[in-house]
Amino acid sequence: MSAELTFTIDGVSVTAQKGETVLSAARSAGIYIPHLCFSEGLKPYGACRMCIVEIDGRRGMPTSCSTLAEEGMVVRSDVDSVNRVRRTICEMLIADHPLVCLSCSANMNCGLQTVAAFLGIKGSRLRRMIRKPIVDDSNPFYTRDLSKCILCGRCTRSCHELRGIGAIEIAGRGFESRIAVPGDQPISESTCVSCGECVDRCPVNALWAKNETVPPMDTVRTTCPYCGCGCGLELGTRGGRIVRIRGDRNAPANHGSLCVKGRFGLDYVAAPDRLSTPLIKRNGVFEEATWEEALALVADRLSAIKEQHGPDALAGFSSAKCTNEENYVFQKLFRAGVRTNNVDHCARLCHSSTVAGLARAFGSGAMTNPQAEFEHADCIFVTGSNTTEAHPITAISIIKAVVEHGATLIVADPRRIDLVRYATLHIRQRSGTDVALFNAMINVIISEGLCDETFVKERTEGFEDVRTCVEECTPEWAEPITGIPADKIREAARLYAKAECGSIAYSMGITQHTTGTDNVLALANLAMVTGNIGRASTGVNPLRGQNNVQGACDLGALPNKYPGYQDVSDPEIRATFEAAWGVPLSPDNGLTVTEIVGAAGSGTVRGLYVMGENPMLSDPNLNHVEHALKNLEFLCVQDIFMTETAELADVVLPAASAAEKDGTVTNTDRRVQRVRTAVPKPGVARDDWAILCEVATRIGYPMSYTSPSEILDEIASVSPIYAGISFDRIEEEGLQWPCPDKNHPGTPFLHEGEFKRGKGKFHATPFRVAAEEPDEEYPLLLTTGRYLYHWHTRTMTSRSKGLEAICPPTPIEVHPEDAARLGVEDGQRVTVASRRGTIEADAWVTDRSPPGTVFMTFHFHEGAANKLTIDAVDPIAKIPEFKVCAVKLGKAPAPQENDRA
Amino acid sequence: MKRRSKSPVVHLPELDGVLPRYTREESQLIPLLQEIQDTLGYISPEAMQVTARHLNVPESSVYGVVTFYSQFYLTRQGRHKVKVCQGTACHVRGAVEIIRAVSARLGIKPGETTEDFEFSVERVACFGSCALAPVVVIDEKVYGNVTPEMAVRMLDELV
Repeated sequence: MSAELTFTIDGVSVTAQKGETVLSAARSAGIYIPHLCFSEGLKPYGACRMCIVEIDGRRGMPTSCSTLAEEGMVVRSDVDSVNRVRRTICEMLIADHPLVCLSCSANMNCGLQTVAAFLGIKGSRLRRMIRKPIVDDSNPFYTRDLSKCILCGRCTRSCHELRGIGAIEIAGRGFESRIAVPGDQPISESTCVSCGECVDRCPVNALWAKNETVPPMDTVRTTCPYCGCGCGLELGTRGGRIVRIRGDRNAPANHGSLCVKGRFGLDYVAAPDRLSTPLIKRNGVFEEATWEEALALVADRLSAIKEQHGPDALAGFSSAKCTNEENYVFQKLFRAGVRTNNVDHCARLCHSSTVAGLARAFGSGAMTNPQAEFEHADCIFVTGSNTTEAHPITAISIIKAVVEHGATLIVADPRRIDLVRYATLHIRQRSGTDVALFNAMINVIISEGLCDETFVKERTEGFEDVRTCVEECTPEWAEPITGIPADKIREAARLYAKAECGSIAYSMGITQHTTGTDNVLALANLAMVTGNIGRASTGVNPLRGQNNVQGACDLGALPNKYPGYQDVSDPEIRATFEAAWGVPLSPDNGLTVTEIVGAAGSGTVRGLYVMGENPMLSDPNLNHVEHALKNLEFLCVQDIFMTETAELADVVLPAASAAEKDGTVTNTDRRVQRVRTAVPKPGVARDDWAILCEVATRIGYPMSYTSPSEILDEIASVSPIYAGISFDRIEEEGLQWPCPDKNHPGTPFLHEGEFKRGKGKFHATPFRVAAEEPDEEYPLLLTTGRYLYHWHTRTMTSRSKGLEAICPPTPIEVHPEDAARLGVEDGQRVTVASRRGTIEADAWVTDRSPPGTVFMTFHFHEGAANKLTIDAVDPIAKIPEFKVCAVKLGKAPAPQENDRA
Repeated sequence: MKRRSKSPVVHLPELDGVLPRYTREESQLIPLLQEIQDTLGYISPEAMQVTARHLNVPESSVYGVVTFYSQFYLTRQGRHKVKVCQGTACHVRGAVEIIRAVSARLGIKPGETTEDFEFSVERVACFGSCALAPVVVIDEKVYGNVTPEMAVRMLDELV
């Protein structure tokens, strides 16, 4: 691939890689060849004929976008013979393009203008064939005017090739050709997911974003504040506001692609209801306060509780939405300032079983291989991850692997998620029976001799335990438990085991169970027994949820780990931290999120400090959470909005959003990337780390830093996996930990040659049933999840009018069979009740969920699914079982006449 | 939110015998659509959904192909298809008069179908039978040297 060759364009010598096109080489060399249908990252199309050239020894005028460069080639581009043809083509395009440049948002930044200017076109000799403006305004994020369209196909190709959605295609023929959705319906009636890739790529603004009204003055490169994909963003700003959002084409995670939330969902930054001043609750009402008053009160109350009841009566929820530096300072405030290990964050609720399980099996609890490597796997086993909705950019790599490289995709998920369209095999296990499925797959692999014996012998230990454990777990045994036909289990096992590079991707469908750790261990067993780990495009890959949930874990926002996953209970490690922080530290593991809520309810924890979390919507059994938080003596919430949790606080401190601060975040690839200030903070809001330093100083542990860069340097000095990482090294591109020294290039995939813990350890995982199974009284199984258009408790996404419009309060998905039995119709209001609470929702009758299972998201305050969920937890990781509980459905009582008034 | 899969499994019993004979590959798209049209008489929106699902391609791709080729009909056609050639030779020899007569007899314009779904009329560019001009093709049968009166008589026989 990397062999270089040399050729000439218009007499200028140009170098190209072998396999590179003439156009691509010209672009690298800074030579302009006019083009319209070419767009970086899309396959050559050769439709616009604008990039034609002459090549010595070749007939006619080949398109340079689809002609490979060859050694010694003589290419002519900017010559009369070629430009004459280009001019005619361009004139034909202009003949049916409305000349409304002055009022067009693409003016001065238009592909057609650029080409026309280069060719010196002054007018068109052709009769103008003007179409009426064909404006489709149905999508909340972008508008399209097909009369401006030049049919270059960049939009349709990015929709099909890059995103695998295929909502639009060129329909008709000749002058009737147009970009259309089936039936020429408005775009809102299509399968479009509003990722905006087409909008970004349209050269003439036949598609334009509604949120772009003025051109930016400055552009800031940063990292998307939503999910763990860690996409690079370019924020265009003007007058202290974000006026344009683009994907960073050089960013390793997304190469310029974004999802709807990243591209169109940053309205929250400039929302009018951002917290802009500290608030103190007096007589049940929040009153504005100065920083001095608020910080003094927080310090007084924390110190008083500590003095009276000891440090363990205080606890803190750190945040997977905050930067690495802020998480480090937060846990340092609690460990060194308060002297308790009662510090945890919402990873407890998403991937604590991953951290527990993979650390036991491999020695490291992170994604073993980066997202981009899915593209080159032969077989991808996706289970418990609705990837296209929860990790849309990761899904692109998976779809590419299938569509472009012919990989096998196995989806094991109770719901018929969108990724199933690409699957070779879809198996639908009953929620909560994952271990039975994985054990049966391992049984097949062992009994059919598909086991990688060399790998098992040389790299692992404890295999006999697993062999014994799965001996009885035949596919026929698993069939009645999981509901998957035995032969399908065999097929899945064979497909995965026979792959050269088999990769497992999973997410909360695996972790959020009382058997969460076992689920993860069983997947680790599956990877080790087939040798699918420790190489590129293999591994066990937990897709992390929040933009910085990986970093919050890395930096020790965990009750039993110091930064860098170093055990609190290890006296030697403790000694190094005592030396670094200059105070004696508590030797006892702290409480987890779920335990802190319990302890608050019972009165053992009396003061709670919450930074950027919303347990009043995110935690299971909400009625219980509310009781616990109200029982606290003191609650301090530091956030950017008045969340459901902040409403209950005594003091609320206004913080900076991701677009208003500097720092680093670590994405699901373990890649530490920069977050940069783009716009000023509202009112007197401050950076989280600065607020925390003030609090620490006031409770008697002085902390001060001049910048996040200085904090990262301190992190590097105490956490070996971050030792080589600093701001100057990640200025251009992030580094993947472990990065043990300043010259280390980072580690794309883990466990090469040797596992972090030495040998990979097999763990026997006997099947256990979920905590609460459907029964006669509560006959349906409720499982929860997320939709593409909202983020967690909607603190951020509810401030975007477009996202709210496209995804109103979530319905409950009911299978047609269940709906028929209950007499429930599509769209009808129903009550959903569990042993813990009752809510109302609209029924959506669909076969996405299997019979007997209903599905809801937890995004919404109205009809909060977590009023129903059970707070039973995994015995090791303490993660709650969000994915299985028993409910019953009934028709909602019709509203009374006087209720409607 | 657009419920993308509100009616996810469209089932057309008429196609039960058709679909299994086609492998689930994109290359089968045109032959499959042709047979669906032979079976249903046209390509309905539901038929496009079924086709997309069977071949695992986006519905938009099916729509693109169906609208590209004039051989595919998006609306239900009449039991009898009357195609009047409008090629140069036929035009010179009076095809315009034939179209007029046929339209008047059936009360529909070219491209339309009678309300009772008995007849559809369409213009065709050239059948390649210029020696027989003007040409009319009714239900795959070619008639040459047609006059307006003959055309009306042929229709009368079919009514």
